[in-house]
Amino acid sequence: MLRLSINGQSHDVDVEPNTPLLWVIRDTVGMTGTKYGCGIAQCGACTVHIDGIAMRSCGMQVNDAVGKQITTIEGLANNGVLNVVQQAWIDHDVPQCGYCQSGMIMAVTALLNNKPKATDDDIDREITNICRCGTYQEIRSAIRSIVAKT
Amino acid sequence: MNFQPKFDRRSFIVSSAAAAGGLCLAFRASAAIADAVSEPEVNAWVVIKPDETVIIRIARSEMGQGTLTGLAQMVAEELECDWSKVTCEFPTPGQNAARNHVWGSFFTAGSQGIRGSVDLVRSGGAAARMMLIEAAARRWGVAASECSAGQGKIVHASSRRSTTFGAVASAAAKLAPPTNIPLKDPKDWKLIGKDVKRLDTPDKTQGKTIFGIDIRLPGMLYAAFSACPVNGAKIKRFDATKIATNTGVKKIVQIEDYGVAVVADSWWRAKTALDALPIEWDDGANAKVSSSSIDAVLKEGLDANDVVVGNQSGDAKAVLANAAKTFEAVYSYPYQAHATMEPMNATALFTGERCEVWCSTQNGEAALAVVAQAAGLRPERCDVHKTFLGGGFGRRSSSQDYVRQAVLIAKQMPGIPIKMLWSREEDMTHDWYHPITQCKMIAGFDKDNNLIAIHYRISGQSIFASIGPSQIRNGLDPVTFSGFSAGGNEDAFGYTIPNLLVDYAMRNPHLHSGFWRGVTINHNAIFIECFMDELASHAGIDALEFRRKLMGNHPKHLAVLNAAAERGGWGKPAPAGIFRGLAQAMVFGSYVAACAEVSVVGNNVKVHRIVAATDPGYAVNPGQIERQVAGSFVYGLTGLFLGGITVKDGKVEQQNFDSYDMMRIRQMPKVETVLMPSGGFWGGVGEPTICVAAPAVLNAIAAATGKRYRTFPLQAQGLSLV
Repeated sequence: MLRLSINGQSHDVDVEPNTPLLWVIRDTVGMTGTKYGCGIAQCGACTVHIDGIAMRSCGMQVNDAVGKQITTIEGLANNGVLNVVQQAWIDHDVPQCGYCQSGMIMAVTALLNNKPKATDDDIDREITNICRCGTYQEIRSAIRSIVAKT
Repeated sequence: MNFQPKFDRRSFIVSSAAAAGGLCLAFRASAAIADAVSEPEVNAWVVIKPDETVIIRIARSEMGQGTLTGLAQMVAEELECDWSKVTCEFPTPGQNAARNHVWGSFFTAGSQGIRGSVDLVRSGGAAARMMLIEAAARRWGVAASECSAGQGKIVHASSRRSTTFGAVASAAAKLAPPTNIPLKDPKDWKLIGKDVKRLDTPDKTQGKTIFGIDIRLPGMLYAAFSACPVNGAKIKRFDATKIATNTGVKKIVQIEDYGVAVVADSWWRAKTALDALPIEWDDGANAKVSSSSIDAVLKEGLDANDVVVGNQSGDAKAVLANAAKTFEAVYSYPYQAHATMEPMNATALFTGERCEVWCSTQNGEAALAVVAQAAGLRPERCDVHKTFLGGGFGRRSSSQDYVRQAVLIAKQMPGIPIKMLWSREEDMTHDWYHPITQCKMIAGFDKDNNLIAIHYRISGQSIFASIGPSQIRNGLDPVTFSGFSAGGNEDAFGYTIPNLLVDYAMRNPHLHSGFWRGVTINHNAIFIECFMDELASHAGIDALEFRRKLMGNHPKHLAVLNAAAERGGWGKPAPAGIFRGLAQAMVFGSYVAACAEVSVVGNNVKVHRIVAATDPGYAVNPGQIERQVAGSFVYGLTGLFLGGITVKDGKVEQQNFDSYDMMRIRQMPKVETVLMPSGGFWGGVGEPTICVAAPAVLNAIAAATGKRYRTFPLQAQGLSLV
């Protein structure tokens, strides 16, 4: 039995220690906001925060997450108040199908936590998640709007 | 906006106002998820709760294209409700069948989501409004004609009385539906044409949206699935004993003669066991197929005689034989995978008497038919609960193969819900690919340098030969000639060429082929628009002027081309190192054009900016149209630069995003959309613009480099998208 801390809550999970964290979050814990896209850490749909750092949870073994603070898309809002990235996503009507957006929002949240004044170059370098609907133009506008307010 | 998708509503009773004869029907399902709704509907389209919440039922699928919000706008426009109170839910295809198809078609493809149901949905909203007004008028003892509705309220002006939709909804539900339902004149629209925000966005920013992959049912088990790597091959044998005792593994089942599924208590355990399962395949003759053998088959078609004609005028062959000079080029467009971000999956519950499926699908009714057939049950004993789609792009309309597989697995474990999920590798190697196609074009000029003839010979795979052979009549696949039609409202060729011949040699390799966002116009627009640029260059005439001379009879085509050219700065000096290219087309009922700006340094291509112009007739939600345009360009340019599915030993070579790359944000050009709805017709939005991105960029690359690239993807030709 492994003990995980997800969004501030403890979860005891009975899985093989080398199970990818993604599948433990989705199937064992039952939080489905984090998505499976590729399984090889290419697309970023499964991005979560491990101690505040954006990680692709499909490429991380669950035992490596023990003792760390895991944050998923479900844990971003604070008492029902969306974080600035979620709110900017609504203001700019970013999502289309929305499947990649959990991971996208997690990646952007981590970027802006580290670099509140992120430049276009920072965005180009650090936001490498795949959006098949092609919402990149709105994503950039939304990030710029957050940066402009900080 | 409080959006609550009610996909999981399992048991309700409806009084059917809009269905013929006020039919009263009850639906009971095997209550895997129970969420009974007590509020009566006003009619099939509209439910209004006592708290004034307006639930609008949406038949078409939502896969990112915004149809859900657009259709809700159209219902609400006529309903005159308070938009801030609107939520939506998806009825099931089973309910649609039971109610005499009151919601029309569920099919969500061909950019038909909105334009295919404009009168039906508006009438649904208008009928509900009339019934609500009638209910209020009866309560007040006045004539309905003296009352009006707006913002969710009904007013009797002369007596200064008013009430709300919620207060009279249950009374309205008992009234007979109106038979004469006038619709608003477009000039009176308040909500249609407005940039309202999508209804599904808040949930999508919080991980709350339920896609097919997210379905969780009590007692559910998970299945991983593997089909023969060579399409058309069969299973020879597999050794289930090797994994039967693996932790969590419940069952190993063969699916027909081509697939194996492992069922376990988690998907990861199922997949890990499947990966370890020794399977021997009988690859058959298709194992000899490779990309080079497919190329040879298509090349042969470029000069073959077994062709069907798609469009012709004059006598192109004779004129070309005697032309002062001729010019020839061959273009080649590859297979493309859909690679929806949500891989194929479906959750099935088979009880012996009933079968229900929860899934992402673009075609709920086809999915229901597949469920019934696979389950061996009458359709009335089956249903399909549609979820939001993590991308569709035509994959989830081309085939419901994944739905069938889930049912066949569940059938072997009655009473247990089974969620079957393909790995990304399974998804990429078992797609219904954009059809591989080549085109040989020969153009003739007279001695005065006038273009007098073009022969387009298309050779390639037929989509309908894969997805619906019965719809091929006299050798003609209904979608082959997209963009080449002689007039009409759907996909008219935009040039008048005195002697024109467009013909097609069907060549069908063994991979499945299907609808890929934009469908055949993706390659046809490259053939038409790049070759047109080549001819302009050959004639020594500006590419816009050359086109204009041929477009006199096609004013709407020309209008969008002119708009894109003007906003794009065509004819004016470009910044240093920047080169421009144009393209236009008419497809899915809409006119589209683009002006692209690129720079090329060494082998690195940067697409800086694309101006798009589109005339979709009516624009329901301009902001969403702009987003569809920009998104379609990402899809089209990903295919042009990075895509391309290749075959070796009968198998698809690309497995995942490491070998089938996708555009990222750093490669995104600035997209500006000129929306110019001219009214009087309903064109599509989700697909049309995709087709002009590639040729406009290719024409700009040719302007920059002096070189014509005619084989794709460009990555395989040594060009990188930066």
